[in-house]
Amino acid sequence: MKNEVKIHEVDPSLNNRRSFLKLSGLALAGAGLVIAGCSNNDDDNNQPEDTSLPGVRNGVFDLGSGDFGVLTYAYALEQLEADFYTKVVNATNFNSAFNDIERQILTDLYHHEVIHRDFFKAALSGALPNPSSQLLPTLAFNYGSLNFNSRTDVLATAKALEDTGVAAYNGAGKLIKSADYLLLAGKIVSVEARHAAAIRSLINPNSKDFAGDDIISTSTGLDVAKDPSKILPIAGGFITTKFTAKYLP
Amino acid sequence: MNILKFIETFTDDSLMRSTGSRRDSFNQFGNIGKTLAYASIPFGLSAMANKAFAKDITATPATPIGALQFALTLEYLENEFYAMALDSGVIPASENGGRDLKVFQQIAAHESSHVKFLIAGLGGSGSANFVAKPTFDFTVGGTFNPFGDYQTFLALAQAFEDTGVRAYKGQAGNLITTPDLLTAALQIHSVEARHASEVRRLRGLKGWISNDERGAGMPAATQAVYAGEGVTVQAGFNTAAAFGAAAGSEAYDEPLTTQQVVDIANLFIV
Repeated sequence: MKNEVKIHEVDPSLNNRRSFLKLSGLALAGAGLVIAGCSNNDDDNNQPEDTSLPGVRNGVFDLGSGDFGVLTYAYALEQLEADFYTKVVNATNFNSAFNDIERQILTDLYHHEVIHRDFFKAALSGALPNPSSQLLPTLAFNYGSLNFNSRTDVLATAKALEDTGVAAYNGAGKLIKSADYLLLAGKIVSVEARHAAAIRSLINPNSKDFAGDDIISTSTGLDVAKDPSKILPIAGGFITTKFTAKYLP
Repeated sequence: MNILKFIETFTDDSLMRSTGSRRDSFNQFGNIGKTLAYASIPFGLSAMANKAFAKDITATPATPIGALQFALTLEYLENEFYAMALDSGVIPASENGGRDLKVFQQIAAHESSHVKFLIAGLGGSGSANFVAKPTFDFTVGGTFNPFGDYQTFLALAQAFEDTGVRAYKGQAGNLITTPDLLTAALQIHSVEARHASEVRRLRGLKGWISNDERGAGMPAATQAVYAGEGVTVQAGFNTAAAFGAAAGSEAYDEPLTTQQVVDIANLFIV
């Protein structure tokens, strides 16, 4: 696959040393500077691991926790959505499988999700202390038997992805500490919900499925909210690059 | 509604002389090109002339309780609007396979649930935090005919849903210290967005907002609902770079401040 990514092992001692340097306020000393006596063992004993930072731990990329963890989690989900719609609009039979309105909607969704993905990449690259090791790599995806030339397959998967995206952002809001990041997540989740309604309406027009009883509680009128640990097994079905979210609920 | 006729009504000097309740807007625009000013005042056009003694709501405090009270007032508005529409018979029952009626029955059910949910969240109707339902006039003193003209109903429904999305978004920061309330508000927020998408698509628009466009057929008076929606820079990232400004702005919904929403809602409160 073109965007197949191998997560390369990073020397854990180097990684910890960098974190140590950052936390000590010595980051400007530069990566090449090795401080004598700052051994890996010392880090383990004296420096609690900063689980808020995304990065490779024990050979596997972990999303981290706190705001960086949530943003990285969102970046993973947006990578999936963007990849999916990129494949949808580039499928051989895109023009024949879908009518004008459907193509317009799917093309818009492709645009929006690519913008969301690239936004998170830029935001994280700017905010992470050391993006070269802490930015989630480009993920690889496998859609199994999904037929991108099948209207039914594409719309059913789009519905699942959009509903999952809404539930994910709704569940992640409370994990965000920064009001600015919370607002950004809020700006995106309502667009995901607009998408979900449109796709649901394409699948079952002339119905109440745009906000159907299968997804909106009939007693409270509330949409779904799910923790990352409930979302990742769903989204993970399409993601082949291994990563963990040990420090997110 | 014929938009030209709509604007024309505000060129009538007699309307300009009447004492409006939109005192702030009045003063704000002073004597400069009054007709033009009126036409650009969001939603406020006829309210100026007709609502001399409005029982305006005021901005709620920037606290979790304030956010819930604010949300409840908006849900009262939506709930009553849809309930009255369903009672009036303005929504066609058989066209499009009954789509319109099914859609608005579902939306009405959600808004009713939201009202009950928020009242409970505030501690019930006996609580000191409870806020009572205002009295609404969805005709805005006879300017709109939403329960007799389906297109007007649809236009107002779109305006209310798009306002709701932006309003809840604007309250997120006020709820950041109360995780459970924040989650509940987000869960309502996304329902409002689903509603907005469907109502917009019923009207032949995209389900998302391009630039700051209110969309075809929307009265100019509803532009306040879309003010500031055309943002294409998010946290320093240019969202227009890849696919243009329309796509970039569509990908993000922008918040409205409490006061902006209060100003919109007050036009329907008497």
